[in-house]
Amino acid sequence: MTAPTAADVPPPAPRLAKRRGVELSLLVCAVLASVYGYAGVGLAKSGAVPPDAARYGAGLGLLALLAHLAVRWRAPHADPLLLPIAVLLNGLGLVLIYRLDLETPHSRAAATQLVWSTIGVGLFTAVVLALRDHRVLQRYAYLSAASALVLMAVPIPFPAVNGAKIWIRAGGLSFQPGEFAKILFAVFFAGYLAANRNALAYTGRRVWRLQLPTGRVLGPIVAIWLLSVGLLVLERDLGTSLLFFGLFVIMLYVATGRTGWIAVGLLLAAVGAAAVGSLEPHVHGRVQDWLHPFASIEAGQGPGQLAQSLFAFAAGGMLGTGLGAGHSVLIGFAAKSDFILATAGEELGLAGLTAVFLLYALLVARGYRAALALSDPFGRLLAVGLASILALQVFVIAGGVTGLIPLTGMAMPFLAQGGSSVVTNWVIVALLIRVSDSARTPRPAVESGTVTPVRTGSR
Amino acid sequence: MIRYIRRAAACCLLLLVALLVNAARVQVFQADALDADPANRRTTLARYGQPRGDILVDGDAVTGSRDSGQALRYERTYADGPLYAPITGYASQVYGTTLVEAAEDPVLSGTSPLLKPLWGGLTRKRQRGGDAVTTIRAGVQRAAFRGLAGKRGAVAALEPGTGRILALVSSPSYDPGRLSGTGRAVKGAWAALNADPDQPMLDRAIRQTYPPGSAFKIVTAAAALDAGAVTDVDAPTTTPDPYVLPGTTTALPNEADGCGKASLAYAVVVSCNTVMAHLGVKVGLPGMLEAVGRFGFNDARLRIPSHVAKSNFDRKMGPDQLALSSIGQFDTTATPLQMAMVAAAVANGGELKYPYLVERTTTARGTTVAQNGPRTYRQAMSPTTAAQLQQLMVDVVEKGTGTNAAIPGAKVGGKTGTAQNGIGNRGHPYAWFISWAQAPDAAQPAVAVAVVVEDAEANRADISGGGDAAPIAKAVMEAALRD
Repeated sequence: MTAPTAADVPPPAPRLAKRRGVELSLLVCAVLASVYGYAGVGLAKSGAVPPDAARYGAGLGLLALLAHLAVRWRAPHADPLLLPIAVLLNGLGLVLIYRLDLETPHSRAAATQLVWSTIGVGLFTAVVLALRDHRVLQRYAYLSAASALVLMAVPIPFPAVNGAKIWIRAGGLSFQPGEFAKILFAVFFAGYLAANRNALAYTGRRVWRLQLPTGRVLGPIVAIWLLSVGLLVLERDLGTSLLFFGLFVIMLYVATGRTGWIAVGLLLAAVGAAAVGSLEPHVHGRVQDWLHPFASIEAGQGPGQLAQSLFAFAAGGMLGTGLGAGHSVLIGFAAKSDFILATAGEELGLAGLTAVFLLYALLVARGYRAALALSDPFGRLLAVGLASILALQVFVIAGGVTGLIPLTGMAMPFLAQGGSSVVTNWVIVALLIRVSDSARTPRPAVESGTVTPVRTGSR
Repeated sequence: MIRYIRRAAACCLLLLVALLVNAARVQVFQADALDADPANRRTTLARYGQPRGDILVDGDAVTGSRDSGQALRYERTYADGPLYAPITGYASQVYGTTLVEAAEDPVLSGTSPLLKPLWGGLTRKRQRGGDAVTTIRAGVQRAAFRGLAGKRGAVAALEPGTGRILALVSSPSYDPGRLSGTGRAVKGAWAALNADPDQPMLDRAIRQTYPPGSAFKIVTAAAALDAGAVTDVDAPTTTPDPYVLPGTTTALPNEADGCGKASLAYAVVVSCNTVMAHLGVKVGLPGMLEAVGRFGFNDARLRIPSHVAKSNFDRKMGPDQLALSSIGQFDTTATPLQMAMVAAAVANGGELKYPYLVERTTTARGTTVAQNGPRTYRQAMSPTTAAQLQQLMVDVVEKGTGTNAAIPGAKVGGKTGTAQNGIGNRGHPYAWFISWAQAPDAAQPAVAVAVVVEDAEANRADISGGGDAAPIAKAVMEAALRD
């Protein structure tokens, strides 16, 4: 890094900025933007700022401050953009849900969502504080896989909700354990691929131009992946199986660089999707809706959900109707969860929607950035995996509600109503914070001769 | 590995671009088509999301808006529904709009671009609904409504000098407020009103045509005078009594006495069929068509701004049919408004003003956005002819069939009419009275009226136009002269 100068006096070590101050000021902006949106909804709906706007702002600010302090204390070098983006998206989500609550006085969701957000920030803080080094997770790769499968199997005995058996209901709360399995799978894939990537890439037989790995190496990961996708098909959670497949493909590619496998994998997936799409009635319906979103109108049954969603986006136009001034509640069922983006599209317009997409893109990009800056394969794969989970989730659901791809049920990260999703995404951001902290921590100068342990974690 | 991470990141970027392009497709490029989709309820929600502008009579709103708390939030109310229904029409969440509610809907509902301020292009905000100020005068309207007293019929009153419509009454009427809103009550009201044999929702004053009978003789007289078929109104004509319709053996009878070779003046005052039928034949079909066209007959595009039913005078017929048509029978039909226009043309020295019902439209704050003013429809007859006909119509009221319409102190001209109705003329006849009135100190007549009463309770021998319709016309004219 630094060569000794002529006078043989080591220059002062370059101070890598920690940028915690930037994070704090961005957090203030994020909280203010959310409060502004909250006040805007009140002004549009009843002509007055909601009386609890200050309290709402204080609550969100307190959560942000708590998370910020945890980062400042235990991950001082972390990427300063991650936390503010998460807070802004979560705050905007709360505003949108509150806004839709005003149209559905009999089913309020904002308060519950706030509780879940608090739990999410709590878990975020706990992860940042307790997990001192992400490499610890590598040890628990198989345990992660096992617990992910268990979590996914748990809801099977529970009754199906809206056609999908992915819910656990206890008391008044419902939880989607499959959401949390995403993180565990990312950990498993990262751990397994980091350990076996050379064996995967360079051993095995060559069939025509395709290098096939030995079954002993590829077997476990494919088995676990197949098992998970099989479970999801049983539970009819197609969005998540799509997500797992994408995650698997991306991480396998990043670990091995084998484009040929990816091509084969995608081909197989396409064949599988076509088969399921034409045979399974539920999926077939979704594909038909996607191809002909206005078929139900022509049949005289009124617009379907996807048509209503497209109407909402169109009503927003370039600049949107303004918060509280749209009619996205016409979407009806799932307006606050799967279709939350339609409200954003209608009331914030293409401009606002683009901003939201760019926020997600920035979040993903910072994850990838951390992956590039890290030196350990596990950390890299974990960062890529976590960022890809976010990217795929956004693409699958945003593409679904805007008619780009067939609609599959999935929560828009941070925006959509859904406790398990919010909590999971906060944990993902916590892990990204941890990983980015490792990536940005200045490495000890080798030239100094003394090895100073950066941190006192177990290794 | 770095290379692969970069490539994976590039893939994510591709997904982002796909999302953005698709969002632009839906929100910008397809937005107009999606917004206009009839299944998209946003247009309807926005329309009823704010109070509708009002329709004003004499400066007072005769309409209102009620917050129903439903999804289609504001419902129309009517202060005096049945009285003004032939003017306002209804504005229903379920059944749409009619009459002024329909004609001025862009202003009333706030969608008219005229309502936007200069910088309106920048704001997407819907404007508050503006108001429509009518030319109706409440006193005249009430007098006409009271005069019909629920009998089937209609009244139209005009200001001859300007074409402003002072009253439009159709009877029996209905409360258009019953059709406001949604729900079972509205559907029930709609079904009941449509099933009612009295057709209360029919705006008889402008949408129903009746055979005008003898009231049409004013038009024929004007045509004859203008065409030179008669040069001296007091000179005897050559028409025998009875008059055998040309090309037939059918003899046309008269109700009145002394019609043989009667002068035009006498024929108008006592309503001789023979003289007038013969004059129509003398003028000839092209001349008659030209003349009736100047009064507004056969004009299917008359708007006040609501559409007015076409008053008919057949374009192709034989001389016998022309003879009958010239006394307001055969296929000749007219709306009450059309006959009021005939009276107005005579009263205004032959110059027929285009009738209009909406004086101006304003923003919610009262700033005028569009103004209607007097404009000439056609010169219906020469001023000389008009002056001669005025005198004949005054004679009708003073010593002819229309004495019931006389107003002490005022100059009143009128013409009765009775038209047979039903198969074989077995239905009760339609009683007509058209007239105009001029205050003693005024330079010109202030009002022209047409009254039609269906099912006149009188036999053919009575001049039922004078008996049933003239008192109503008198009340209307009195109300118009009062202020």
